[in-house]
Amino acid sequence: MNFEFSEEQLMLREQARGFLSQHCPPTRVRDVFDGEHDYDAALWTSIAEMGWTATAIPEAYGGLGLGYYELAVIAEELGRAVAPVPFSSSVYLASEALIAFGSESQKQRWLPGLASGEIIATLAHAEGAGQTTAKSLTASFASDTLSGVKKPVADGIAANIAIVTTTADNGSVTLCLVELDQDNVIRNPIQTLDFSRGHATLEFNAASAEALGSGTISWQAFEALLDRAAVLMAWEQLGIADMALEQACDYAQQRYAFGRPIGSFQAIKHKLAGMYVKNALARSNAYHGAWALASDSDTLPLAASTARVASIQASLNAAQENIQTHGGMGFTWEFDCQFYYRRAKLLSLAIGSERHWQDRLVTALEQQDPAAA
Amino acid sequence: MDFKDTPEEATFRSKAAAWLAENQLTAEDKQGLNRLAVAKLWQKRKYDGGWACIGWDEKYGGRGASAIERVIWDQEESKYDVPSRFFVIGQGMIAPTIMAWSTREYCDQFLPKLASGEEIWCQLFSEPASGSDLAALRTKAEKDGDEWVINGQKIWTSGAHYSDYGMIVTRTDPTVAKHKGLTAFLVDMKAVGVETKPIKQLTGDADFNEVYFTDVRIPDSYRLGEVGQGWQVALTTLMNERLAIGGGGAGADVPLALKIAQSVSINDRPAIEDSAVRSKIANFHVQEAGLKYNGYRALSALSRGDLPGPENSIGKLVGAPKLQDIASFCMDLLEEHGALWGDDLEFMAGAAQRSYMGAPGLRIAGGTDEIMTNIIAERVLGLPQDPRADKGIPFNEVPTGN
Repeated sequence: MNFEFSEEQLMLREQARGFLSQHCPPTRVRDVFDGEHDYDAALWTSIAEMGWTATAIPEAYGGLGLGYYELAVIAEELGRAVAPVPFSSSVYLASEALIAFGSESQKQRWLPGLASGEIIATLAHAEGAGQTTAKSLTASFASDTLSGVKKPVADGIAANIAIVTTTADNGSVTLCLVELDQDNVIRNPIQTLDFSRGHATLEFNAASAEALGSGTISWQAFEALLDRAAVLMAWEQLGIADMALEQACDYAQQRYAFGRPIGSFQAIKHKLAGMYVKNALARSNAYHGAWALASDSDTLPLAASTARVASIQASLNAAQENIQTHGGMGFTWEFDCQFYYRRAKLLSLAIGSERHWQDRLVTALEQQDPAAA
Repeated sequence: MDFKDTPEEATFRSKAAAWLAENQLTAEDKQGLNRLAVAKLWQKRKYDGGWACIGWDEKYGGRGASAIERVIWDQEESKYDVPSRFFVIGQGMIAPTIMAWSTREYCDQFLPKLASGEEIWCQLFSEPASGSDLAALRTKAEKDGDEWVINGQKIWTSGAHYSDYGMIVTRTDPTVAKHKGLTAFLVDMKAVGVETKPIKQLTGDADFNEVYFTDVRIPDSYRLGEVGQGWQVALTTLMNERLAIGGGGAGADVPLALKIAQSVSINDRPAIEDSAVRSKIANFHVQEAGLKYNGYRALSALSRGDLPGPENSIGKLVGAPKLQDIASFCMDLLEEHGALWGDDLEFMAGAAQRSYMGAPGLRIAGGTDEIMTNIIAERVLGLPQDPRADKGIPFNEVPTGN
């Protein structure tokens, strides 16, 4: 039994944590939060120089050809730092879509730039309020042109290219690749509850685009892409959950009331222990998700949705109870508690909500061989 | 990451599996025997084959196996229907305490018979006025020459009625602070003055007992540790208790909930299609899978020769309430049939009901949910202890309510 990261992976974690504590302290997050920019471009450049954007991209396309354990490790650290960068859009979603579905020439054209960080990409999927399904998609692609509106698109202003989901027959979906810097694409920034991650509305008016690979794929194939992203997202959310817990524990030791640290009151300590329990369960589920992703296991749909649900619950709980533990100070603009609260919610809404992943989890259980359960 | 054995572990596993296949109890072996007799027969067979208490030193009947080898053995043994719970307290908790605190002579005398299943031991800790606050126990031990005289009452003592020996913690000095006046002993459960009364639980079973001690005399050589060192001795036992009592095990679980939800209807549609049902099952699976992979992480640590991390302490705290919740949920799905009692019901509803009735006990035994939560907060997260009203006060001056 070896259900643990390797020495090298643990070293990478140390290195990433050290790097981010230096280059992405909360003050840096606050600069983006209070400022005009969509993301921290200088941080993005240094992250790319560290090779993080190249982690899971094959060496043949300018990547490092490491694997998903390494990417999981980095995702957790980015979550801890609430890093204001388009990493999840560009790496977990768009790069993965290109690797999975892109044609050879598309991979050669785009992956090296994505690996080096010079190209930023995103997935444009949501349209109206509520769940996005194969049936609900209205964006359309025909004769190399793309029309429709996508809203909200994470990192839609920062991105150079987008992978766009468009309607297809028989419950399938057509993925197309579009360069965003063209006249027929109108980009408008929109504000979300997380001011440290830019979002946009993308309007395509017969924009020039190309099918990703051979174009139409099954909805199941698209969901498999989201499964892979869900594991990495779960690690990022876990980072948020642990930071919120650490912050709450620190405060509970320092803050005195009724002549003693508030962390000595069971009302507080049991709250914090409850956060720890949720985080510990989420971590073990995230380990299994990373294993299923890295080993391309048949159990990925179950492992990914379990990790995703666990991390959504752990991060939302930790972020909200961190504020509660801080009392009034936690509710101020000045304190950093809000970063975790905002980012935890933002990530819990990306690529399908808690309910969506609970549903997918049970579907995977139903399809599981009863003998293996 | 992988879930595979190392080559050494694989060799050990196949050796263990081969012995088990060769030596398992047959229906003929078990004929006419009650569970206890079957358990003793199996334990003796393991002892004779060199597979009892495998982590112990060979001179006490073990084979000096590593922690990961013990886990592998348990995994292989659990594939067979063999009763083992009679020995868990003696072998898992009290034996390590004897090894740490008693004499070589008593190790030689007691441990081989513990390993062979010839003698069963019980743990005499809790009292009517000391449960979570164990160190508030009152059973008295008074020195009389080379002997001690014990008077008092213990409660919740599992298996006292079939035990040969027990380990008891007593108060030898009520004039010093709570934790400082305790002393631990071995005690012969067949001695004059020991009286055992079973307690009927809300499940209808009787696993626990009240045990009364009236002028019970034991030799000073039965003392574990020094006079006044009883708390440290008890902690050795309790540390091993947390390792011995697992996360709940059998009973209502996600596969059962799924099976029931696939079989009954809500609004004339299969219950499994109901969004609220799916959401609940998903949440139960998150807990169940989380505990399972927590276990895998602990095994990985053992496999490397390390100790499991603190995340391993959440097993009972998550497992016991989860058992209660899933059981209740399964019964809800059955609507009024959920109330019917019996083992032969369709959908294994009996399993849900047994779990529902048993879970409250699991949430209390071996440290209540609240005590386990305190332990996580204080030992894992490093939060300060509650101020204690009895701290530093002589025990006989501590307020007791009634």
